[in-house]
Amino acid sequence: MFWQRKDLLGLRQLTPEEINLVLDTAVPMKEIIGRKIKKTPTLRGRSVVTLFYENSTRTRSSFELAAKFLSADTVGLSASGSSVAKGESLRDTGLTLTAMGVDVVVMRHPASGAAEYLARCIPAAVINAGDGTHEHPTQALLDMFTIREKKGSLAGLKVAIVGDILHSRVARSNIWGLTKMGAEVRVVGPATLLPPDIEQMGARVYTEVEAALEGVDVVNVLRIQLERQQQGLFPSLREYSRLFGINQKRLELTAPDALIMHPGPMNRGVEIDPQVAYGNRSVINEQVTNGVAVRMALLYLLTGGEHNAISH
Amino acid sequence: MRFLIKGGTIVDPVAETLTESDVLVANGLIVETGKELKDPEAAVIDATGRYVCPGLLDMHVHLREPGYEYKEDIQSGTRAAAMGGFTAVACMPNTNPVADNAAVISFIKQKARHAAVGVYPIGALTKGSQGKELTEMADLKAAGAVALSDDGQPVMDAGTMYRVMQYAAMLGLTVISHCEDLSLAAGGQMHEGAVSTMLGLKGIPAAAEEVMVARDILLAEATGCRLHLAHISTEGSVRLIREAKARGIKVTAEVTPHHFTLTDEAVQGFNTNAKVNPPLRRQADVEAVKEGLRDGTIDVIATDHAPHAYYEKDVEFQYAPNGLVGLETAVGLVFTRLVQPGILTVPQAVAKLSWHPRQVLGLPGGRLTPGAVADITVIDPNLSEVVDPAKLQSKSKNTPFARWKLTGLPVMTMVNGNIVMQERRLLV
Repeated sequence: MFWQRKDLLGLRQLTPEEINLVLDTAVPMKEIIGRKIKKTPTLRGRSVVTLFYENSTRTRSSFELAAKFLSADTVGLSASGSSVAKGESLRDTGLTLTAMGVDVVVMRHPASGAAEYLARCIPAAVINAGDGTHEHPTQALLDMFTIREKKGSLAGLKVAIVGDILHSRVARSNIWGLTKMGAEVRVVGPATLLPPDIEQMGARVYTEVEAALEGVDVVNVLRIQLERQQQGLFPSLREYSRLFGINQKRLELTAPDALIMHPGPMNRGVEIDPQVAYGNRSVINEQVTNGVAVRMALLYLLTGGEHNAISH
Repeated sequence: MRFLIKGGTIVDPVAETLTESDVLVANGLIVETGKELKDPEAAVIDATGRYVCPGLLDMHVHLREPGYEYKEDIQSGTRAAAMGGFTAVACMPNTNPVADNAAVISFIKQKARHAAVGVYPIGALTKGSQGKELTEMADLKAAGAVALSDDGQPVMDAGTMYRVMQYAAMLGLTVISHCEDLSLAAGGQMHEGAVSTMLGLKGIPAAAEEVMVARDILLAEATGCRLHLAHISTEGSVRLIREAKARGIKVTAEVTPHHFTLTDEAVQGFNTNAKVNPPLRRQADVEAVKEGLRDGTIDVIATDHAPHAYYEKDVEFQYAPNGLVGLETAVGLVFTRLVQPGILTVPQAVAKLSWHPRQVLGLPGGRLTPGAVADITVIDPNLSEVVDPAKLQSKSKNTPFARWKLTGLPVMTMVNGNIVMQERRLLV
């Protein structure tokens, strides 16, 4: 099967076959990252812009390294210090980049739907690196890659996503992706941080963490932001940690070999106990490596990868 | 100029009758109605197979002048109204400056002298629509304001709203309330439900509207003020209004064509032309407002015509302003979505577009009786058209109904005995 889409905007639209294609393509990419000389000429002469309207350390550097490992030329633009700060519209910024000959725009943006909007405006490929509280498809793909690598398959697994589901684009993309691949997804968090009718996306909803963790194969712990407490969405980090924090005791409820994941950055001692974060079931650092591999795969596929030679 | 409208069916929204009858118009007035009328000097207008209705009045439009003429002005907005079969509109005060004083009302009235259809300005409830100090309501009324509203800027403070209603009641002015609790709606982009969850857009719960509907009904009861609830969108609001009417409270309500037609599914794909406040709700809410229209709980159909420039809607969803243009698609939607499916009879539909809004605003007209001003709308129930935004008369093209085929369209708009639109072409 070949990649047909111009863009990667979210996992909602993807078929299981497309998800498998990305994950399969990421396998040889991961092998490249493990080499001493991390460079292939695959994307030589291609240009990738990372356009970030929100601060990000890991996603941005992950994309830039992915592009560089494939020999693409990269330019990074941030909301400050560019035309963005002068109030230029997203359409005009996109058209300007297009006129400069960019092949792929990787964008992070605080507004839900911004990537889909940009993709309609420009002929270049758009990769959504997180749009508002809508989707973060590359994070979900790297999560799925990590789970598949450890568990062999996604079908039939039980995955619990814990925390602020309401504001989480990571949760949404994971729900779409994992349910398409035949996994069961449970979401758990305070009632004020669970979006309404989320069961219509295919997730099972819990407000009691013990019930949600019962027998799961994967626990994906989301970052809780202090800002949400200030907005009155939960009373205190103390109470949050007591009710929803993932610690050793709670891990006893999961399947014995359950994986612990976190998209980062972590608030150690709040949503996750350091013992758990650095414990033998944690795959948090591998997620980061796999993120580069998955992003290499996507850059490769979106620039017409099926015509290039790649060693499988 | 004399006109003889021949062969049509006269719609009486009060008696709820349809009568095959001719109408003779002379010097701006209706002279006579009856069968086989003859007048050798009159220009004959063939209305065979068509409904001859009292002039339609849209009591909720935003003409944007003064201040936002790049979106719409009184001239372009009333041309859109004429095209849509409306012989008059009532315009909301959220202009710049806000229509919170007699000078702005007078300015609008003066500009409207050259407008395509009649214009009835609505004055603000509070100064600058800031929800704090009362406007000079008597002065607004004397200048020509037909009602009062802080549309788009709900009066959040219940004590202020209480005094607003007491004072408006003293003057016999209707208060039109845009029901939205801002603490519940804060930052919301669309209806709160499965679609907002999937799109990651902050939701506006139905309770944001219903809390205020309940509050304002209680304040109307306490003050005796005539209350009109603008653009009702939820099942709970319809129930509250039904109960209030049963208890004899002086409350009326309106619904927009988009709220009886579309659901939050229209937002899928981040369609900014479906971004509107109140937001498009669930199917159950659409069914409830249709039932409210059918059983008389909802008195009025009004468009909340809200023009915005192309570039204002051509942005990320959360940066786009709320609102859509409605004047030119309203009659088509009423006939296609309400009359043809049998939810409303033709007289009931026409009543909600002509008689009832006039009653709410205390305006004359609304029936085709000899001696009345010749404000007449002729509707062809069988004529179909595909909505083409580029062809709209409004300066703005922000409609979610592009490429919709609508059946049942206005084919003549007559204002004061002058034809301003005939056979889907403007004559002004």
